[in-house]
Amino acid sequence: MTYVRVIGLAWWLQLKMRSRSAFDGLLGVLYPLFFSTVVFMMFRHGDASGAALLSAAVGASVMGVWSSTSTTASAALQQERRQGTLELLVAAPTPLPVVILPITLSMATIGAYSLVVTLVWGRFAFGVDLAIQRPVQFVLAATVTVVSIGVLGFLLAVSSVRYRTAWALGTALEMPVWLISGFLVPLDLLPAWIRPISWLLAPTWGIDAIRAAAEGRDALPALAACLGLAAVYGVVGSLLAVRLVDAARRHATLALT
Amino acid sequence: MSALRLFFLGGLTSYRALFSWLSPWILIPTFIVGPIAQILFFAYVGRAAGVGDDGYYVIGNAVQNAAIPCIFAMSITVGDERRQGTLGLLLVSPARRIPLFLGRALPVVVNGLAVALVALLAGSLLLDVPIRASSLLALTGVVAVSAFACTGLGLANAALSLRVREVAVLSNLVVGVLLVFAGVNVPLSELPDWMAVVAGWLPLTHGIAAAREVAAGAGLASVRDDVLAEAGLGVLYVVIGLALLVWFERESRRKATLDVA
Repeated sequence: MTYVRVIGLAWWLQLKMRSRSAFDGLLGVLYPLFFSTVVFMMFRHGDASGAALLSAAVGASVMGVWSSTSTTASAALQQERRQGTLELLVAAPTPLPVVILPITLSMATIGAYSLVVTLVWGRFAFGVDLAIQRPVQFVLAATVTVVSIGVLGFLLAVSSVRYRTAWALGTALEMPVWLISGFLVPLDLLPAWIRPISWLLAPTWGIDAIRAAAEGRDALPALAACLGLAAVYGVVGSLLAVRLVDAARRHATLALT
Repeated sequence: MSALRLFFLGGLTSYRALFSWLSPWILIPTFIVGPIAQILFFAYVGRAAGVGDDGYYVIGNAVQNAAIPCIFAMSITVGDERRQGTLGLLLVSPARRIPLFLGRALPVVVNGLAVALVALLAGSLLLDVPIRASSLLALTGVVAVSAFACTGLGLANAALSLRVREVAVLSNLVVGVLLVFAGVNVPLSELPDWMAVVAGWLPLTHGIAAAREVAAGAGLASVRDDVLAEAGLGVLYVVIGLALLVWFERESRRKATLDVA
C-alpha cells in the first residue's frame, strides 16, 4: 500500500512539475503536432479518407506519447544527477524503481495531452471523422497504452542510469519505435525480420488495441498483450535498477558515470 | 589576425565544448541513427499513404537533417554559455562580435553538410535509391548552401536565446516548422497558399527543390535560381541574427537581465 501511495503521490508531483516546464509542456503538445500535420498531409495527398484517415489519426496521436517519454525518460536520471538528488533517491529507504516509475509515468501522461490534441487537430484542421465504434474500449486501450509506454520509459531510464548523454539514445529511439510499432505503417509493409522486434514492444499491441476499438473490433486480446509486456518491462526494469545501482555504489561511480 | 584566430580557433573550441563533441559517441545516435530513422520513417509512411517514391523522401529528409546541427548547435553556443555561467564573461570580453559568432557558425555548417550527406548515402543504400555519381558533387554543393542557410536561421534563433531560457524548445519548434513548411515530405503544391508563401522565405525550401532536381540529373546551371535564393536567405538570416545579437546584448546590459532572461 505504501508503494502504491508513493507511486501515486510522486506521479502527481512530477506531473505538476512537468506541466510547468515549457520543455515538457509546450513541446510535448506542439512537437508531435508538426509530425502529425505532415502525416495528415501525406495521407490526404494520397486521397485517404474515412477509416484510413482515422487509422492514421490514431497512429499519429500515439506518436506524441512516445515522443514525450523517450527523450525525457532516458535523461531522467541524468537530470536527477545534475540536480544532485540522485544519491538521495538511491539512499532513500523506498526502493529506487518505485521512485523512478512515477517519473516516467508522468512523462507518458504529458504525452496523453498530445494524444488528445492530435485527435482534435485532425478533426478540426483535416476533417478526420472521429467515429469511434467502441468508445469505452478506446479510452481503456488509450490509457493502458499510455501506462505501457510509461513503463517502457522506466526500463529505458533504468538502462541508461550509467550514461550522462543518454538523452541522445532516447532521441535516436523516437522514430524507430514509431516505425516498427506500426503507429502509421502496417507491420506487413516492414521487412519480415523486424516483426518479432515489433511484437516485443508494448506500443505495437497498444496501438493495435486502440485501432481495434476505433474500428469496432474486440480490443481486449491486444490489450492483454500490451499489459503483459508492460508487466515484463516493470519486472526487468526493477531487477536491472537494483543491479546497476548496486554496481554503481560498490564502485562509487553513481555521480561520476 | 586576431579576428581570424577568433573566427577559426574560437569557433572550433566553442563547438567542441558546447555541443558535447568532447563526448564523441553522442554523434552516432544524434547525427547518424536519428536522421536515417527519419528517412526510413517517412519513406514507409509514404508507401503506406500511397504517395511519392522513396527517392523523394530520401532527398527531402536527408537535406532537412542538415537543420539538426545547424539549428541546435547554434542555439547551444549561446544558450549553454548562460547555463554554464560563462555568457557574462563572453560578452564582457573585448572580442569582436562578428568573428566571434560567425566563427561558431563555421563548424556547424560543416557538421550540417556531413549529417545530410551521411543520411543521403545511407538512405539511398537502405532503400535502394540510386544516386548518379555525376550528381554527387553538385548535390554536395546544394546541400552545403542549404546548411549555410539553416545556420543563418540558427544564428537568429541563437540570438533569441539571449532573451529566452528554454532554448531547446525554440530550436525544436524551428526544426518542426521547417519539417512542415519546407516541402520535405509534402510537395509545396499540396500546401495551402499561405504556407507556400511562408515556405519561400524559409531555408531548405529552395535547397530541397534544387537537390531533387540535381539528383534527377539536372545540372547546377538549371537550379541556379533556387541555389541563389537559398544562399540569399542564408545571408539575410545571418544579418538578422547578428543584428539581434547586438540589440539583445545591449538591452540585457542596459536592463541587467543577461542571467535572468
